[in-house]
Amino acid sequence: MRTEQDIRNTREHETLFYALTMLGGLVTVAGLAAALYMEHAGHVVTGMNNQVVWGLPHVFAIFLIVAASGVLNVASIGSVFGKVMYKARAPLSGMLALAMLAAGLAIIMLDLGRADRLIVAMTHFNPTSVFGWNVILYPGFFAIVGIYLWTLMDRQMNPYYKAAGFAAFIWRLLLTTGTGSIFGFLVARQAYNSAVLAPMFIILSFAWGLAVFMVVQWIMFSWNEVSLNPAIRTRMKNLLGTFIAAAFYFVMIYHLTNLYFAKQAAFEHFILVSGGIFPILFWGGYVILGTLIPLILIYHPGLSQQKGSICLAAELVLIGAICLLYVFIIGGQVFPLDMFPGMIVSSSFYDGLIDSYIPSTPEILLGLGGFGIAFTAITVGVRVFKFMPEDDVTALDSTGHMLD
Amino acid sequence: MNQPEDKSRRSFIGAAAVGVAGLGTIALAPGLHLVEVSQANPTSAPSQGASSKVRWGMLIDTTKCATGCDVCVKACATENGINETLKDARQGSQWIRKIDLKDPKADHMHSLPMMCQHCAEPPCVDVCPTGASFKRADGIVLVDRHTCIGCRYCMMACPYKARSFVHQPLTEQNPEVPRGLGCVESCTFCVHRVDKGMKPACVESCPEGALTFGDLNDKNSEIAQRIARESSTQVRADLKLNLGVRYQGI
Repeated sequence: MRTEQDIRNTREHETLFYALTMLGGLVTVAGLAAALYMEHAGHVVTGMNNQVVWGLPHVFAIFLIVAASGVLNVASIGSVFGKVMYKARAPLSGMLALAMLAAGLAIIMLDLGRADRLIVAMTHFNPTSVFGWNVILYPGFFAIVGIYLWTLMDRQMNPYYKAAGFAAFIWRLLLTTGTGSIFGFLVARQAYNSAVLAPMFIILSFAWGLAVFMVVQWIMFSWNEVSLNPAIRTRMKNLLGTFIAAAFYFVMIYHLTNLYFAKQAAFEHFILVSGGIFPILFWGGYVILGTLIPLILIYHPGLSQQKGSICLAAELVLIGAICLLYVFIIGGQVFPLDMFPGMIVSSSFYDGLIDSYIPSTPEILLGLGGFGIAFTAITVGVRVFKFMPEDDVTALDSTGHMLD
Repeated sequence: MNQPEDKSRRSFIGAAAVGVAGLGTIALAPGLHLVEVSQANPTSAPSQGASSKVRWGMLIDTTKCATGCDVCVKACATENGINETLKDARQGSQWIRKIDLKDPKADHMHSLPMMCQHCAEPPCVDVCPTGASFKRADGIVLVDRHTCIGCRYCMMACPYKARSFVHQPLTEQNPEVPRGLGCVESCTFCVHRVDKGMKPACVESCPEGALTFGDLNDKNSEIAQRIARESSTQVRADLKLNLGVRYQGI
């Protein structure tokens, strides 16, 4: 029998759920209104210009897209690599991936100079453009992950879940390769044009995606007043630690290869030492907050056992992710193009000068609106469907899958 | 045991379904429709005049180009209807600009006009997702105003910062040079003049005759003969983009 307390708790949950959905909806509406304003007035109302052509909306969008492909990894570990413990997490992983990709794409689309020409983007295809590939990669991701979710959640389709999971895994690798290659093939600017960017984005996606998953999982378990099995918690935190370290390795490789080329030294000095906000965000935001502190929280014998420490580590990873992307995308653009090496350059178009970029309210709202879309979709998703990971600890223990 | 929760879940799904159905009846944003009839004919030929036998190019003698002189920049603005003023000049369009160079060791100054270099292998064309950035058969690199979606990927890809994004609504345009809010644009080599047998406005306006325009493929043309005879440079030659614009004196 349900006690009065239970019923009261259910009602409180109900109210909180509607409040959260409303909040997500309001942020989404504010983002859409900002996009409408930008569409009407032009990008003159943003902080972007002819040097810094991609701004804060792109930072948020690329974060969501990279994390979306990464969060699917949780499902892949179960379906592709046969780790039974992760299989219980596959539906939630797939849903998060779809919600975040939709949110990231919405920001990119609404930031276009001609967002009304979406149909043109879908009907005109340039095979040499990495953006063009993405016109195939993104809808393909929705379709494949959609089918994968279907195989996971419908008993009749369940026999096909491995094949669908494998296809989704391959597709997500292609998708993140595409995202990294958007920058990797840019010969013009010193921050980009590097073959390491595609694998770096894949590794970053592993860390960011798992961090998102662990935050959502922590909230869902707290909401339902359930605690995560300590063995599972340990496995997931160790995996997150491995991904954080691997991502850090790739970021270091990216900067070290740049430093190796004398012509890139000035750019690296700017990003890592003299560039004002950018070194602060890189060292303070990404390296310390987003990498070192999470690693300490994860591996310190005492701290790692504290309640909420792993969730905090995951949240810090996400803050570090935004910092890293801001440095990479904005910092990479404010640095002047090196058209005449060794010469002092000046012009009416600000050649040779470090540009400045201050995001305006509409573009901040547009970026946050994307998060609003993801938040609302996830909140409603976990309410409508049964995405809560249910661990059969006894079965996992008896079959030896807890430790495999 | 879970009946109250199931009931509330069902009622939520029901309410959500009604809401979604309602939302589906309105547009996502003004002008943003799932189905739209294209007004432009994407299959129409860019121009009957473009021939692959021709490669339009420009040779710029920087020794004749005076620091502080911006006659070519003004001529370009007049010809192409670039007349808007923006609060933040970094958001304004500059199809051609003057760059001043100083060699810190030699204490020697150069001044030169910089514009779209009309590459034979243009990175902007490679990266454009819709194919709006394209190269005509005669080597002129252009943006199709009807298919540019304003993603600015071409601006990220251009090594010469030659492209501008139209940040605010435009008025008083030159009918022969269509421009548009939310689209990317750059020097067209005054294609509307070239197709009539005329030279670009910047070339015609230069009081020092520092700019020479012509067909790089025509061995008898002045530009081809001078490039064969005199030394010239391509900016960022390391990228091997085979530029249509060559410089002398730098």
